[in-house]
Amino acid sequence: MAIDREMILQISGVNPKLCMKCGKCSGTCPAYDGMEYHPHQFVSMVENANLEPLLASESLYTCLSCMACIQRCPRQVEPAKLIEAVRLAVIRQQGCDHLLPDELPALLDPELPQQAIVTAFRKYKK
Amino acid sequence: MQKIGVFVCWCGSNIAATVDVAAVAEALGKQPGVVYATDYQYMCSASGQNLIKDAIRDYGLTGVVICACSPRMHEATFRKTISSAGLNPYMLEIANIREQCSWIHKDREEATKKAITMGTAAIAKVQLNTPLTQMKSPVTKRALVIGGGIAGMQTALDIADAGFEVDIVEKKPTIGGKMAQLDKTFPTLDCSSCIVTPKMVDTAANEKITIFSYAEVENVTGFIGNFKATIKQKPRYVDAEKCTGCGLCTTKCPSKKSLNEFNMGLNTRTAIYIPFAQAVPLVATIDPDACIKLKTGKCGLCEKVCEAGAIDYAQKEELIEREYGAVVVATGYNQIKPVQYEEYLYNQSRDVVTSLEFERLMSASGPTAGHLQCPSTGKLPRHIVFIQCVGSRGTACREKPYCSKVCCMYTAKHAMLVKDHYPEVECTVFYIDVRTPGKNFDEFYRRAVEQYGVHYIKGMVGKVEQGDGCLKVQASDLLDNRQLHLEADMVVLAAAIEPDPSARKIGTMLTASMDTNDFFSEAHAKLRPVESPTAGVFLSGMCQGPKDIPETVSQASAAASKVIGVLSKDFLLSNPCIAHSDPTLCNGCSQCQNVCAYGAISYEDQMVVDKGVRETRRVAVVNEAICQGCGACTVTCPSGAMDLKGFASNQIMAEVDAICN
Repeated sequence: MAIDREMILQISGVNPKLCMKCGKCSGTCPAYDGMEYHPHQFVSMVENANLEPLLASESLYTCLSCMACIQRCPRQVEPAKLIEAVRLAVIRQQGCDHLLPDELPALLDPELPQQAIVTAFRKYKK
Repeated sequence: MQKIGVFVCWCGSNIAATVDVAAVAEALGKQPGVVYATDYQYMCSASGQNLIKDAIRDYGLTGVVICACSPRMHEATFRKTISSAGLNPYMLEIANIREQCSWIHKDREEATKKAITMGTAAIAKVQLNTPLTQMKSPVTKRALVIGGGIAGMQTALDIADAGFEVDIVEKKPTIGGKMAQLDKTFPTLDCSSCIVTPKMVDTAANEKITIFSYAEVENVTGFIGNFKATIKQKPRYVDAEKCTGCGLCTTKCPSKKSLNEFNMGLNTRTAIYIPFAQAVPLVATIDPDACIKLKTGKCGLCEKVCEAGAIDYAQKEELIEREYGAVVVATGYNQIKPVQYEEYLYNQSRDVVTSLEFERLMSASGPTAGHLQCPSTGKLPRHIVFIQCVGSRGTACREKPYCSKVCCMYTAKHAMLVKDHYPEVECTVFYIDVRTPGKNFDEFYRRAVEQYGVHYIKGMVGKVEQGDGCLKVQASDLLDNRQLHLEADMVVLAAAIEPDPSARKIGTMLTASMDTNDFFSEAHAKLRPVESPTAGVFLSGMCQGPKDIPETVSQASAAASKVIGVLSKDFLLSNPCIAHSDPTLCNGCSQCQNVCAYGAISYEDQMVVDKGVRETRRVAVVNEAICQGCGACTVTCPSGAMDLKGFASNQIMAEVDAICN
């Protein structure tokens, strides 16, 4: 399932429309300088469904989840929850390239010894 | 059986777009008693009103039903219309098919059906209407103004100018309010004291105005034209008649550690004090919480030095009863103490101040005599950071949801004043939006940026920390997309303004409605902005919502003109839709008396003839001058004796029946 705006909003429970763009989250953030995209940009980029750059950015993992932005946001937007939701969505998607058991038989080479196949599964299951 | 005319208004497209008005007129025309039914584009227009008048004459109508907007909008208009055609004005019923039907529905068929039902109910009610006559009540030709700030003073001066007596009740020892504490005013930068102190003197000198300073309104009863107020005069422990305001006592008083309220607690004052040099009345007041004599019985220095013999430690609280025709609320505002904002260090650093405190620091009559100094070091600051919207425009529990309106302008003023006196001091303003709607306001703000070189940064301060001999400010710069780490010597917080805490009590006393922020509500947001929904109660200044001085003065004069409108009448016509009790049904239980919010119901012994038996019974009697027609007694009465004229129980039941059929 592709990551979209609705998915992020659902996971986070955050309504970015509450944001009045005061920038107090970014003024508060202790990890600001290590980030490519800053807390207020997260809120605005999710609201504008501009997710591609966020999903690929290291900024997701720079957030310390210290919750200072949540504490100080005058409009209760909770930017840290939004960042957490994007991070979660990315992590969940990493599991999406697994094969289903039913798909396996068609892919198996009959020439290959059973033992080699089992070993390969063990080896590459991660 | 009444002869009823039904008039269905289109209200342009407001009603006609959703409701099939012709179908409504046709359906209602078939109702029993209806002899004429029509629809028209604008029933409230002159030609619409003529249509009604002509129909009353041509068809000999005895009752009128108008299907149109809310009765709050045009009931008075249409009552006048039918009255001018010879009908009793209370033979009118309005079915509100706009606010309660066309505006809230989308489906035309359903809305039309509902409009017909509402019209049918109104027809059923008007069948049972009886002609009512308005009562006359006399008007006490004196006004009460609660609060002696610029709003209260202006209102009082304007009312007095029209020749009526006014009492100002001010809880502080002096009138003048917040404006007397301000240094300069925007956008002209003229001295606040220089324009407000002459007003204070004028107010005191006006022979029509009586000032009750250091007094509070304890209770108000009555109704428009006939209010009775109890004013609590707090003891000053100084005879205001004898005191000359020489101030000798204040130089001798040994209790010197009370916080000076006039200087926002930035310095101290003595227990006997005169708030400031231009105070009106210029009279000393003893603070009973600090006075050594009042607390321990020993001292009495002020009494010894007072040449006028004005000190009176035995003074007692006094209750004064006065009568008024109208009441003006001018209770003003306070700036919040941003103690909950730990990130801004307001509690921890003396160099973090609110803007009203900064105003005192800049004022020539302030604790530093107008010399800008860091409160902690006494040195001139090198860099001042101004933070906007502290506590305003938020939804979290420590925030006010509204914009405090004046902060953008006074911050620009502060920065400009600093730059004017000390060009070497750097000023940085952190803003979310700069809101400058007003004459010459945006030009003023641009001048701060362009001519004075004040740094405006779009972003918010995240936190302020105590550094080594300075304050460390961490903030975002949203336009440059970077985080700033600045060093500042002072931080000024544009903290939110809120209504004075006394407002809630006064609102309850006057039964004047307030919003969730404790600002007084106006009767109509656009068309009646200076009146409270409670008749005879008017609003002046910040008590109704954030506003600057010119707006406050305009509203104060507007409120005064409304008061003059009331006081200039010899009699007021009251609402005849009031309660009355049937003595033969009344069982004397007193429940109606208990629920009456206006104290309009009393009990007396009356001779009652019931089923041929004469006997004396204790029955309810309604004072027609006080009853407001709220109907609380009619629903409480267990025996059905209490009924409301114009909204009688049988009329309401007829409406319900009409809807159910």
